Order: sequence, then structure tokens, then C-alpha cells
Amino acid sequence: MNEPLITFDKVWKTYGEGEARVDALAGVDMQIRAGEFAAIMGPSGSGKSTAMNIVGCLDTPTSGRYGFMDVDAGALDRGRRALLRNLYIGFVFQGYNLLARTSAVENVELPLIYRGVGARERRALAMDALAKVGLQNREKHTPAELSGGQQQRVAIARAIVASPKLLVADEPTGNLDTARSHEIMDLLTGLNWDQGLTIVMVTHEADIAAHAGRTINFLDGRIESDSLRMEAAQ
Amino acid sequence: MIWEAVRLALSSIRRNLLRSFLTLLGIVIGVAAVIAMITIGSGTTQKVKDDIAKLGSNLLVVRAGGPPAPGGPRIRAAPLDDDDVKSIAARLPEARAVSAASQSTARVISGTDSLSVSITGADTGYFVARDWGVSVGREFTEQEERGGATVCLLGQTVRSQFFGAGDPTGQQVRVGRLSCTIIGVLETKGFSGFGMDQDLTVLMPLTTFQRRVAGDRDVETIYIAGTDDTSMSEMQEKVEESLRETRRVPADREDDFSVRDMTQVAETMASATTVMTGMLGALAGVSLLVGGIGIMNIMLVSVTERTREIGIRLAIGAQERDILLQFLVEATVLSIIGGLIGIALGLGLAGAASMSMSLPFAPSMAVIALAVGFSGLIGMAFGFFPALRAARLDPIDALRHE
Repeated sequence: MNEPLITFDKVWKTYGEGEARVDALAGVDMQIRAGEFAAIMGPSGSGKSTAMNIVGCLDTPTSGRYGFMDVDAGALDRGRRALLRNLYIGFVFQGYNLLARTSAVENVELPLIYRGVGARERRALAMDALAKVGLQNREKHTPAELSGGQQQRVAIARAIVASPKLLVADEPTGNLDTARSHEIMDLLTGLNWDQGLTIVMVTHEADIAAHAGRTINFLDGRIESDSLRMEAAQ
Repeated sequence: MIWEAVRLALSSIRRNLLRSFLTLLGIVIGVAAVIAMITIGSGTTQKVKDDIAKLGSNLLVVRAGGPPAPGGPRIRAAPLDDDDVKSIAARLPEARAVSAASQSTARVISGTDSLSVSITGADTGYFVARDWGVSVGREFTEQEERGGATVCLLGQTVRSQFFGAGDPTGQQVRVGRLSCTIIGVLETKGFSGFGMDQDLTVLMPLTTFQRRVAGDRDVETIYIAGTDDTSMSEMQEKVEESLRETRRVPADREDDFSVRDMTQVAETMASATTVMTGMLGALAGVSLLVGGIGIMNIMLVSVTERTREIGIRLAIGAQERDILLQFLVEATVLSIIGGLIGIALGLGLAGAASMSMSLPFAPSMAVIALAVGFSGLIGMAFGFFPALRAARLDPIDALRHE
């Protein structure tokens, strides 16, 4: 078994004070190993989004420890977490979140700009990533000129262009029809199997979650169930 | 990284062309106003200097009466006369010329045409003292001057009004009741610093003027021209000494005449217009400041509008300083573009104004550089707050922003 990439140790996240206090996460313990594909499920308000934000180093726990790659990531300041995200984490969102009026290849290059990669190398890496998601010859298109499925592929290319350790996906198929959804899921599964990319995906659709090897169900800020699928675990 | 930010800023400006243009309008107007004001202002200063230089360089001008009291009339005094002139000439052998002159206005008639013209009577030193040559014909001689010969020279304006481009020498004109023979035409002198056409003139020997036009023996003005290496203040002292003697001014009385150094007058007037230029420039600078506030306004709108974009950038690992730099560079690039357009517009305005007011066109590189620098600085200063706001956004909130 691989080393744990992600460790939640009694992680609490609370908002508000006194009467208005809400526990988004109430002492969650969780480990996700490198190379896993974990789906996080749960009804709205269950704390799955909060957990995902902490996993993605966008947010920090109120108490408890969040370890990412042996680093106490929950204790890092804004700038260091930004660096962590830039170097090791890729993001895929429900609404694609591409820059409008900006070509596909320029969108994919974005994380590399903040890494200080030179223009020529950037372009080459971005073209590679676009090829991996099956979007060769579409690099000049802007998001408005691409279908929803294609936009999400550009977003995935952007997430993997910098060879991250972890891909965080927030409802990646939420805006897509069933056929498109399964294409995207096949792409993510392929990245997980072929490249060993660790994926943490939030979804509320069981058939989407079924693509993942592990499903973690959240309810009221706690983990309700955590199950491995046999064929994926092999 | 900076270059990357500039490229990004340019493409973002291009994407919102209309809004970008409206944003930089304030800076355009501000910079154009500053450039136009200062360019026209220094043109005016230049013009004043040139005009006074046309009166002749190293020139002292003596008139009867003290300098006018503030707000009051000139102090009345006996007119100057021939003795004053002779005494000054005797005392100042180093002067290039000492010339006596008187002026009045009279109607000049040639055939059926007539003009109201300034008539000057002067001795032969006048051509040297006023640095005024003859373009056609000849100067009058000393004999003609002493004998009161009825000869005259025309100014260029009078010549062209009466004779067009033709040679008028040998023809007769009537100056008041006096008929005189034209012996020459003066060179073009142009407008004086006081807006008078100096070429609308007829010049004749002083004796002729005194006897036949003015009817007295007065000398209105004495011109004393120094050489390039004479000290004007020393010369001025000698002139004052001589005049106090010949005019018998008691030691306890103020001078009843005034001696003016035209170079000094030029400098005084030039410095007055320079102050004026500075004030106008400062006023225009205020509009630059207002332009800066416009930039801040639009940058704040732009940050709000692009909250989601900022969220994406932060999520994928942009540091606060990357976002800060992006918006700061955008504001600066915007206002520098505004500055450049403003310079073009300002120089255009100043050029048109100079042409219509026949001023010299005097653009200053220093002022242009200053305007670009200042507009960039304004962009940076007013762009900083919106940029900071963008950089401090929380990526989670920013991503949720619709």
C-alpha cells in the first residue's frame, strides 16, 4: 500500500458563535493514499464541500490537523498554501471556470505562468496536456466556441498540465448530460489508472461516484460510511 | 513576470475596448490640458522674448517723465531735447549709436489711397540703434537730416498697401500737409510685443519731423545701443548722470526721466509669462488627478466584475503579489496609454493654437516625459487600492461569485 497523501486528524470546521454556531465538519478522521480515486458524497450541508476545500488547501480547519504530503497544510499561511496548490494540486470545477475570451491553450498554460515556466516550455506542456484530454487542434478555440464536455476537458488539461500529485474535482459532471458525463469520468479514471494520479471528487450522483474506487459518504459533518469497490481496489 | 503582466494587461484592455477608452479619457484630457497649456505658455514666453529682441539688443530707451506711479498717470516732465542727446553722445563714445526720435500719428496719402500711420522722425543713428535696415533704396544722409529735407522711408506694410510689391522710390507721398519723396523701404520688423504692427510706419529725418509735422523741437525718445561687450548697467548709470546734469535735476529730486534696459524688460515679461504658464499647468494638473480617480473607479468595477477570474487564478496557485501586480500593471498601462494619447492631443491643440495666434511652437521634451511619468504614477497610485482588494480576495468566495 502507498503512503497516505491526505490525512484528516479530528478535523473540525465551525462557522459562527454561540447559538448560531454551525459545525460543518465535526471531528473527521480520514486518510486517502497516493493513487486512490475517492468520491466524496453526501447531501447538501453534509460538509463534503468544506472537506474538499480543506483537501484542496483552499481552506483551513478550525481545529485538528490536515496533513498533505507530510506537511501540516492546515497550519500554513495563504501564500504557502497557494504555492502548495500551484505545485501539487489541480482543480476541476462544476462550472469549468475557464477564463472567458481566452484560448484553450492559454487557459491551460495559466498554472505554469504562476510557476514561472518560460513561454516556449509552457506552450509545449499545454499542448501535451490538451492532447491527453483529446483536444488536439482545438487549442485556438475560446471557451465560447467549445461544447460543455470540451470545456471540461480543457479544465482537466489545465488541472494536469503541471503534473500535480492530487486532482480535486468538484461535481465535474454536474453541468453535463449522461453521455458527456461518462466520457469525462472515463478520462478521469484513465488518468488515475495510467498515471497513478490521486483524485478526490465531490459528487451527489451515485453512478458518477461508481467510477471511483472508494466512496466516502458524509452526513452532518461526519463520515457516515467509507467503502472500497472490489474491482477498483485490485 | 512583469512582461507577462504587461501582456496580460494589454489583452485585458483590448477585451474591454470601450470601457478602457472611457477610463483613460480622464487621463487623456488631463495630460492634453497640461501639455497644451505649457506648450502654448512657453510659446508665448518665446514670442515675448523674440519681440523685445526685435527692438534691438543691448538697447537703452530714454523717455521724459519718471516711471508711472502704480495706478497713476506718468509723472509730467519737460520733454527731452537736442542738448540731452549731444551730451549723452559725448559721454558715451563706446556706444554703437545714440539716436533721437519722435513719433506721432498722421494720415498718409498716396494718390487716392490713404492710411493712418505712425510717423517717426529720427536721426541717422536710428537705423543702427533699432537694428533696422533698408530693403529697397537708401537711408537718408546726415545732410538731409540737418537740412530738414522732405524725404522719407516707408515701412513694409505702408509700401504694400500703396505700391504692392513695386519699387516706390522716387514717388511722392503726403504725410499730413507735407509732401515728401520716397527714398527707400525699411526691412520687415513684424509685430511688437504689445501687438503693434511696427511696419505700419513712415520714417523721416528728425529735423523734418520737428519742423513740418510736430511743430516743436522736442525729442520723445533717445535710443542708446551698446556693443555686445558693454556693461548695460554701467552705460545706464552714465546716461542717468548726463541727463541729471543737462536737465538740471537737483540732487534731492527724483529723476524726471526714465532709462529702460530693454533686455531687462524682456526678462521681466518673460518671467511673468513663465509664472503664468506654471499656474495654468498646475490647474491642468488638477484635471489629471481627477482622471486618476476615474481610473480607480473603473478598476474597482473591473475587480468586482472579474472576481471569479481572480478566484480561478488564486485557486490554481497565483500568489497575492501576482494578482496585485496584474491589476497594478493594468492600471498603469491604461494610464500610460492615456498619457500618450493625451500628449498627441495636447501637442495637436498647442500646434493649432500656436498657428492661429502666430506664436512659436515650443514643445518641451522634459514636459512630455514628465507628463508620461506622472500619468503612470497616477495609474499606479489609484490602481493600488483596487489591486490590493483583488489580491486579498478569498479564493473560495471568489469562485462562488456569480
